[in-house]
Amino acid sequence: MFENLSTRLQTIFAKLRSRGRLSERDVDDALREVRLALLEADVNFKVVKNFVLAVRERAVGSEVFESLTPGQQVVKIVYEELTKLMGLTPSKLVFAPKPPTSFMLVGLQGSGKTSATAKLAYYLKSLGKRPFMITTDIYRPAAVAQLKTLGEELKTPVFFMDLRTPPLEIAKHGIKEAILNGYDVVILDTAGRLHIDETMMEELRKLREEIHPHQILLVVDAMTGQDAVNLALAFKEKIDFDGVILTKLDGDARGGAALSIKTVTNKPIKLVSVGERLNCLELFHPDRMASRILGMGDILTLIEKAEAAVDARKAQVLEEKLRKGQFTLEDFLNQMQQLKKMGPLNQILGMLPGISGLPAPKNLQISDDELTRLQAIIQSMTPEERRNPNIIDGSRRLRVARGSGNTTQEVNRLLRRFHQIKKLMKQFDSFQGIRLGRKIFLS
Amino acid sequence: MKKRGELKLSDSSKGWLKRLKTGLRRSREKLTDQLFDIFLRTTIPGEKVWDDIEEVLIQADVGIKATLKIVQDLRERVEIERIQDPLQILGLLKEELIRILGDSKEPLLLANKLNVLIIVGVNGVGKTTAIAKIAHRAMKGGLKVLLAAADTFRAAAIEQLEIWGERVRAPVLKHQRGSDPAAVVYDSIHASQARGVNVLLIDTAGRLHTYVNLMEELKKIKRIAAREAPKSNIKTLLVIDATTGQNGIAQAKLFDEALKIDGIILTKLDGTAKGGIVVTIADELRIPINLIGVGERLEDLCEFNANEFVEALLSRDI
Repeated sequence: MFENLSTRLQTIFAKLRSRGRLSERDVDDALREVRLALLEADVNFKVVKNFVLAVRERAVGSEVFESLTPGQQVVKIVYEELTKLMGLTPSKLVFAPKPPTSFMLVGLQGSGKTSATAKLAYYLKSLGKRPFMITTDIYRPAAVAQLKTLGEELKTPVFFMDLRTPPLEIAKHGIKEAILNGYDVVILDTAGRLHIDETMMEELRKLREEIHPHQILLVVDAMTGQDAVNLALAFKEKIDFDGVILTKLDGDARGGAALSIKTVTNKPIKLVSVGERLNCLELFHPDRMASRILGMGDILTLIEKAEAAVDARKAQVLEEKLRKGQFTLEDFLNQMQQLKKMGPLNQILGMLPGISGLPAPKNLQISDDELTRLQAIIQSMTPEERRNPNIIDGSRRLRVARGSGNTTQEVNRLLRRFHQIKKLMKQFDSFQGIRLGRKIFLS
Repeated sequence: MKKRGELKLSDSSKGWLKRLKTGLRRSREKLTDQLFDIFLRTTIPGEKVWDDIEEVLIQADVGIKATLKIVQDLRERVEIERIQDPLQILGLLKEELIRILGDSKEPLLLANKLNVLIIVGVNGVGKTTAIAKIAHRAMKGGLKVLLAAADTFRAAAIEQLEIWGERVRAPVLKHQRGSDPAAVVYDSIHASQARGVNVLLIDTAGRLHTYVNLMEELKKIKRIAAREAPKSNIKTLLVIDATTGQNGIAQAKLFDEALKIDGIILTKLDGTAKGGIVVTIADELRIPINLIGVGERLEDLCEFNANEFVEALLSRDI
């Protein structure tokens, strides 16, 4: 597997940091690695070229060679240029002075527009807005049914019409309906289309000219390769857009497309989707993305997540126990439930500095079903067993398994996992900056 | 060549490149040979030529590692054999790419057997559409088809498959949304056996390869298929979107580790993306490419042809 960009740059700069003075060749060596890493991250070929040139120009200038810590100076330049490329501040959604504000989502097939529409509705609701969704996708089979289902889950209305109605008609009627019922934000879902499909692009242009959406958002898959530039430029030229929603960032894609699109279109990434659940749309923070790329960890996002999910008092007690080596199965269960609220564990680990390079332990992932099962197993143990799992021998295992309706293998798996977590907790202590990590995790 | 006991999905007498050039309603300009341009500009293969080749491959999403390897090998050969003719170099490059991609592969479908195709992939790559296209071709070839709606997770995924089923006139076996996909697979295999179905197409929910639990779910589906239909021809096909960049390699690797992927369906080749990631996948994992999607119509699915693919990979469009 490829190393991710953060680890990659971390290794390069660790080498640089450990040296005293840098020669021009050192800088070139480092920049070659930067180039490779960025290309592996799917940043567009030309964007990489310009980026490396810009960094080199500054790096071989007096700035670096006169510095006492040249390695760090290069890191700083790369970081600064990267941040400059990504934009400095988050770009918020803009609302119209006179409601309803209308957002139109556009993009290629399969980029995740319909999911993003529903997630955006959830996000807006959490801001106290009253969203209204309209689907104009009359082409893809069951696109309407998909948004309707999601609307029901969100308890948010979805407007649709007969599939023979032209999208423009649907949009007009929908907006009228939204105004009539006093909704303050309208989200317009459109059919996926190829940026070189003139007929379909013309349809969007008409929608834009007649409806005047306040913001047009291009939905882009984070896994997109070199073509990101082509599609973004085509959408910009043919219908223009105000910002980007980057989807599927919960995978291991390094999302170089974000860098490319920002550079060639100068349109900000506004929102990112980091999971399949409807609450998984977040504001995009360019500075954090740059930090993440450079391996500084996405601490800020993690803090926000932790604050939202973790019961501070419980966590403090847990930390206390952990320190005294009293971490029990009951605490484990408790913690699993809290982690569950924060999102997938591998995602959380990826945000911690120093941890992002480690392979996330695979079997630490946990689903709702499993959580219920874990609960059943742990609750079938005696209080003594929960405090001291080491006493659970063969016959106790069998009893616990029977009591909870599971197999002994499952009990074994749980115990293994428990020990793994315990070990992981200990590991945290040994990592640099992990004091902070643990604080986030536990307090 | 049609071998004995092999079923063709349909006769693809027209190459897909030709389709791209003539059949599609797209505004594609004529394909001109980008590398050809490069080579016309130079007489002696200097440094610039290698940089240009590198650029073309990377921009096609071939990936930096594979690109560097290909260019390095090519350079050595050119030096050793003292090749001067630029067009000969271009020919060698094509040859190498074709060799990596490979053309010969096992037939996808076998006669006198139940063929079970499990279609997997990340979200939004076009699994359901690919299934509809395969079903369409198989039915046109006189085969009996059943579609199994094992994506019980995504909203309206079942409805989507049902609509496709109606369009291609293939029956769809479904359970309720949220039910166990393995149960759908179990039922669909028994239904296929009872009805004498030739091709069972299993639609699975899109999932990112990094979600371990969801990959376990797919393993279970495959286990059930193998257990319930031991004598059938079971193929697990990974759908990859041509727009995908280097993440495609991670997708292929993890899906292959979990499921042992038999072949790849490369979709959305009708856009401007070249799908070069399959070169890296073929090079590193030796997974053959079986089919490609080149448009939105049911007919827009073709058998993969390495020669045509490489032509398109090295050409400039729009």
